[in-house]
Amino acid sequence: MNNPVLILGATSAIARATAGAFAARGHAIYLAGRDMDELPRIAADLRVRHGIEVRYGTFDAEATDTHAAFMQSVIDEMQGLSGVVLAFGYLGDQIAARDFSVGAKVIASNFTGAASILSHCANYFEPLKSGFIIGISSVAGDRGRQSNYVYGAAKGALSLYLQGLRNRLFPSSVRVITVKPGFVDTAMTYGLPGLFLVASPQDIGERIARAPEKSADVLYLPWFWRYIMLIIKHIPEFIFKRLKL
Amino acid sequence: MGTLVTLLSGWGRYPVQSCELERPERYADLRANADSVIARGQGRSYGDSALNENGRVLLTERVNRMLDFDTEQGILRAEAGTTLAEILPVIVPKGWFLPVTPGTKFVSLGGCVAADVHGKNHHHDGSFGDHVLALEMILADGRRVTCSPEEKPELFWATVGGMGLTGIIGAVTLKLVQITSAYMKVQNRAADNLVQLFQLLQNENVQERYSVAWIDCLASGDSLGRGVAMFGHHASADHLPPSLGNPLATKPAKSRALPFDFPGWVLNSKSIGKFNDFYFKREGGKQRPFLSAYDAYFYPLDGIGHWNRMYGKHGFVQYQCLIPDAQAYEGIKALLEELSASRRASFLAVLKRLGAQGSGMLSFPLAGYTLALDLPMRDDGLLELLTRLDEIVLRYGGRVYLAKDARLTAESFRKMYPRYDEFIAVKNNVDPDNRFSSSMSRRLGIAGEAT
Repeated sequence: MNNPVLILGATSAIARATAGAFAARGHAIYLAGRDMDELPRIAADLRVRHGIEVRYGTFDAEATDTHAAFMQSVIDEMQGLSGVVLAFGYLGDQIAARDFSVGAKVIASNFTGAASILSHCANYFEPLKSGFIIGISSVAGDRGRQSNYVYGAAKGALSLYLQGLRNRLFPSSVRVITVKPGFVDTAMTYGLPGLFLVASPQDIGERIARAPEKSADVLYLPWFWRYIMLIIKHIPEFIFKRLKL
Repeated sequence: MGTLVTLLSGWGRYPVQSCELERPERYADLRANADSVIARGQGRSYGDSALNENGRVLLTERVNRMLDFDTEQGILRAEAGTTLAEILPVIVPKGWFLPVTPGTKFVSLGGCVAADVHGKNHHHDGSFGDHVLALEMILADGRRVTCSPEEKPELFWATVGGMGLTGIIGAVTLKLVQITSAYMKVQNRAADNLVQLFQLLQNENVQERYSVAWIDCLASGDSLGRGVAMFGHHASADHLPPSLGNPLATKPAKSRALPFDFPGWVLNSKSIGKFNDFYFKREGGKQRPFLSAYDAYFYPLDGIGHWNRMYGKHGFVQYQCLIPDAQAYEGIKALLEELSASRRASFLAVLKRLGAQGSGMLSFPLAGYTLALDLPMRDDGLLELLTRLDEIVLRYGGRVYLAKDARLTAESFRKMYPRYDEFIAVKNNVDPDNRFSSSMSRRLGIAGEAT
């Protein structure tokens, strides 16, 4: 198959757009996720629109003990992989901060599950001395805010993990790219008040698929979020703690 | 899932109403989870058929997966939110085309079925619903059912043209038509008056698959109804100059959008009169047949995004009606005379011959002539004029197209759509609580009741 790309968490709007952008470049695609109603529909759509090979299968980020076998089965079925996009994530809600049973799920999905499957991906690509790993983190991981700090902490941890992984895999010529989207027009954000500069999933997907051809290690999407977050990160804590963000 | 309360309108930007939007991304989330729900694809119907004042509007734009394309048989199955613009670049390179297309490709499959849209080939191929092999629907009670002309035909033909009031259209199976090139062979013919225009549409129609006429509706007296009839068919690959290259190649069309609302005075009878003179000379002057890429032929206005802004912030009404064959000439003449006397300029006026009536219970087309007018919404005088046009249409046994309508009365609607009783019998069966309802259905009194 032609340079297969594995999409982990393939049913979100960003993941679907990213898969579409890779498919438009001729890559074979493996769609991994939990929703077995949606996966065959997205797979069929990619086949019809782009005439590429698409496979799909169940993947549960939180079931870390299944990850090794999952990874092996994908590699077998696709006869190797040229890249992985980690696109799953779980926002939870405000309750996550007050009720740890909800918060634990946010951490288990966004960080623990991610760290688990990424370790298998890294072990696969390292000896190949090629390939790319794209992790979709979030600008929410750049600074803790009262409105979503459990999610932010998990995504921040993922960003750190990817940073370390990039350092480890650099000698092996495996690209590790951290993507930090700002507000994107998806089911996660639809109808939320106070959003601004909202990007379309198609735009984000196109940029993500372009990332392996470019040199940036950390990609804010759209680009201006780098500067918004630069400002936010540099607000002194004694002021920041008083803000209602 | 989040919802968004916002002001919403159709393509005509009149009326504007507060609706609660929901935008599912998963097929399983296409369901009636409010007391009153209407599905909305691309919002290209003109009036209030995809509005639901203070009710729920279900946006289908993200449920747009193509599920299967049989390139041998030319059968495409896709989710209802898929647009014709997405479908064309997939099917044309494989030698297939849409069996019926309206004048814009930025419409969803679900919308095409719900309005049972027609194209320039209605006299030849019927309307959209005639080419739908099956529909998957989500009913008020949450059931997913498949219907087709063979299976649950009553539900099928109530849904074709049923303006979304029988349930949510989830997926559409469409039979395509074969082509050998992406080009159209076009022939224009000028007509100095309405008599000539009718003669052109009657004669040439038999041979040409596509026909439509543009009318200068500011012309009056002896020139009343002057216009240009335009005929076309899919060009055969054998007749193309080799310089065009691959005959089935599609080129992405450039699009520019109107960035702001035009002030209301830009379109007036003087400016439109100037344009009409120019257009009549340019298009009517084309004596010889010429080749046109399918995009330019079928979708001339799609190259200008948000062209509805041309009519200013108050929007416009598209009035499309038909007069049955028997008295078509007299009826259309009476309509044009009324319009001409009002000195309200219609920027776009289109006359089209329609073929035999289809099976959709609330479908618009039947054998006759349809006239479409774009009229800027400036004052209540327009609504009075349209009421007078309704009276003329009724007098000649015609009807108004619901997909364009924003102001017809319930009383006129009943007279124009005699198969309403059949429709409501199906509605009583599948949706007795009227969970599927819209601003239009309430305005026109389209409502079922438990029996």
